[in-house]
Amino acid sequence: MNKKTISGRETGKSNSINNIEKPENNTLITAEGLYLYYDNNEEAALKNISMKIEKQKVTAFIGPSGCGKSSLLRCFNRMNELSSTCRLEGKIHIQDQDIYDPEVNIAELRRNVGMVFQKPNPFPKSIYENVAYGLRIQGEKDKDKINQIVKSSLKAAALWGEVKDRLNSTAINLSGGQQQRLVIARAIAVQPQVILLDEPASALDPISTLKIEELIHELKKQYTIVIVTHNMQQAARVSDYAAFLYLGKLVEFGKTNDIFTKPRKKMTEDYITGRYG
Amino acid sequence: MYKKTNTDSVREEVRQYFKEGDYGIAIFAACLGISLALVGAVMLLILVKGFAHFMPNDLHSYEVRLSGSETTLKIAGEVAARERITHQVLIESGYTPAVKKDLYERILLKNGNRELGRDYRWILVDDILAKEQDPDLTLIERYSYGNFYGTPQSIKPINPATEELSISYEEGEGGEDADRGEWQAKLKSVLRYNKKIRKEMAKLQSKKIDKINYRLEKIRLETNRLKIRKEATAEKLQELEAKRTELYAMAQEAEEQLVLLDDQLNQHELHMLTADGTAVAINFSQIVRLYQSNQLGFGGRSKVYLARLAEFVSGKPRESNTEGGVFPAILGTVMMVLLMTIFVMPLGVITAFYLYIYAKQSFITRAIRIAVNNLAGVPSIVYGMFGLGFFVYTIGGSLDQLFYPEALPTPTFGSGGILWASLTLALLTLPVVIVSTEEGLTRIPRHLPEGSMALGATRFETLWRISLPIVSPSIMTGMILAIARATGEVAPLMLVGVVKLAPSLPLDGNFPFLHLDRKFMHLGFHIYDVGFQSPNVEAARPLIYATAALLLLVVLMLNSIAIIIRNRLRESYKNLS
Ligand SMILES: Nc1ncnc2c1ncn2[C@@H]1O[C@H](COP(=O)(O)OP(=O)(O)OP(=O)(O)O)[C@@H](O)[C@H]1O
Ligand SMILES: [Mg+2]
Repeated sequence: MNKKTISGRETGKSNSINNIEKPENNTLITAEGLYLYYDNNEEAALKNISMKIEKQKVTAFIGPSGCGKSSLLRCFNRMNELSSTCRLEGKIHIQDQDIYDPEVNIAELRRNVGMVFQKPNPFPKSIYENVAYGLRIQGEKDKDKINQIVKSSLKAAALWGEVKDRLNSTAINLSGGQQQRLVIARAIAVQPQVILLDEPASALDPISTLKIEELIHELKKQYTIVIVTHNMQQAARVSDYAAFLYLGKLVEFGKTNDIFTKPRKKMTEDYITGRYG
Repeated sequence: MYKKTNTDSVREEVRQYFKEGDYGIAIFAACLGISLALVGAVMLLILVKGFAHFMPNDLHSYEVRLSGSETTLKIAGEVAARERITHQVLIESGYTPAVKKDLYERILLKNGNRELGRDYRWILVDDILAKEQDPDLTLIERYSYGNFYGTPQSIKPINPATEELSISYEEGEGGEDADRGEWQAKLKSVLRYNKKIRKEMAKLQSKKIDKINYRLEKIRLETNRLKIRKEATAEKLQELEAKRTELYAMAQEAEEQLVLLDDQLNQHELHMLTADGTAVAINFSQIVRLYQSNQLGFGGRSKVYLARLAEFVSGKPRESNTEGGVFPAILGTVMMVLLMTIFVMPLGVITAFYLYIYAKQSFITRAIRIAVNNLAGVPSIVYGMFGLGFFVYTIGGSLDQLFYPEALPTPTFGSGGILWASLTLALLTLPVVIVSTEEGLTRIPRHLPEGSMALGATRFETLWRISLPIVSPSIMTGMILAIARATGEVAPLMLVGVVKLAPSLPLDGNFPFLHLDRKFMHLGFHIYDVGFQSPNVEAARPLIYATAALLLLVVLMLNSIAIIIRNRLRESYKNLS
């Protein structure tokens, strides 16, 4: 394997980086001058975006529909590449590794940067198999280990109690909120460093939403979380940092508290207070 | 004024009715009804006509006036058809009826006894002077010359030197059944004995003689191969020669056994009297079965029915396919379709996946897709020509040159066979599989494969673990359509390997058991052959329906299996968003 690894947990090199990190430099992801084009002749969907995302913090992307939140999120695990005409300019580093380096193993990157989609997308398999999916992909054969990880992931996603008696029934029959927590468990099971959440609660009732928010609080202790949300209260409640995007540009980025209490830009203030969109 | 409001309200009601969309349901129901009725009628006709054939009919004996003379003819048999014809047609057919009428009714009598003359006869109902349903009238199904109709006289031993006495049949005159215990016992014992002997002969044939012949052929080919490769050392040849001698000895022994057994079949004769009084002796070795339909109740008839049906389904054809069974054709059809499925499914599914996932949406992909869709409309005989030209002559010919030079000039794969036939049909059904698989693929919600890839799965892993299971019901639909189409196809097969009578089955007990190079029989072709190429069309007609019914059942069976599997698969994914 001459592909460079991202995950950092297994390689000595990255560990040494961890070790020499200064306590105040907690940056995990750095984006520099990102331009994203979905189609060569179209306008850029993301324009000149630069930001730093802190380790074990929750960063929220907010902004009106179509401003490029999902697009930006999908840059961090190279999901945009699935559409063949898509082109990215600029650089993204995760722990000093350029993730767009042609030598990077994309599968490994995506294992390290998990993603939960806007719409819950459980596979048409059993609950157990959904959570075990990532492990099976990695070729894990040890049944006890899989059992144990499935259990701990479901527990971490606050779903264990509800499904522990029907792990082998199909995941399709779960409720929307349960499905969303299941796909979070599925993402956690591969033990990523970063979890990208694209509007994880947009289709849920207030109670399920609350559960997801509690979950995010819990997950923050171990994972770096980037979340896209339309709900300002939610952003204020769960995030430590917030980024306001507008028409593909990063308008403002800073501590959530600052953004919500004393935004520097008028546009941000208008959006947050609901005077826009 | 009152009236007007009334029509208004009616009009309003009609308008309301149409608004609510009920008329749509009515139209749907009507269309569905018509389609179902058509399908049902076809099935019913074929199944009824096909399976009624095996039920024993009443036997009649008639006294008939012969045209233009005072003499009469006594004749017996069963009614095969009945029709009305006009005077004109009758005259044109060279028959002058005794009385002039507008319409005549006539029956087609199957009177059998082919060694004595015609076995089917048209009889004008007006010419029938007397008619009787004689309980003693007996139908004998024979291995050659078709059915015999007559009354039994006696059972006699063929060898006059034996002590055995002949047993005569006392006719049940005066309604009182004569004591036929002895007769019945003798008849039964001879028939049973012959059946046993036949079984032994068949076993000897398949277990020994066929095997020996197969091995002899192998040795002949091996010798040729050694000679061609110039490896034929005297030692090796001697070895083969020794084996050959040994096999010859075995073959001879088996032949002798066969002759001995055959002698045992020829021990008794059944003496019969035809309706017009001709005495005929029938060797028991010729008798398949015999029964007196007129004496049989429902139970007796059912027994005969089942026996005949069983023979049809499991037996080999006789009398240039107009009698006996169609088992080789059933086996050929099923095997050909299964092989076709094995070839077409992976090819079609992989092509569809390639087109959908890997190939960029370019001019070429679009061209391929258009080509695939158009291929579905190419007449099947064109595929047959392609199969003959490409598979049989080009590929098969080269294979023979490369791997089977010892058999040349006799072709091995260089002439039609079940392999080429199934490959040809695989090509024919390929578009169906591709189109339905692709259709299924386009219906997979995009976020599922994306979710898999977001977990670090590669495209291939995603395809294998997520897309393939989800799309499997669509793949099965493709398979169902492919099977239905392939089972019904006859024209291309005639060019690439179907024959009227195959000497050996494509599946047998000789290693390697599956013989892909062999020619095979097919139910569809059998229908064509029996119905239109047979020397005895009258005798063959009922068999066409029976064979068609079997073909239908084979299609239904194969499809039901596929449908059951598909429904199982569907069940797992039915709630997919
Ligand atoms: N696969 C794609 N191909 C082409 N254009 C795309 C694609 N995905 C997104 N876009 C375009 O990129 C822009 C940003 O889309 P994006 O999905 O990132 O918005 P968003 O901020 O997530 O919106 P929402 O809040 O509604 O989810 C939009 O104009 C959209 O039309
Ligand atoms: Mg979005």
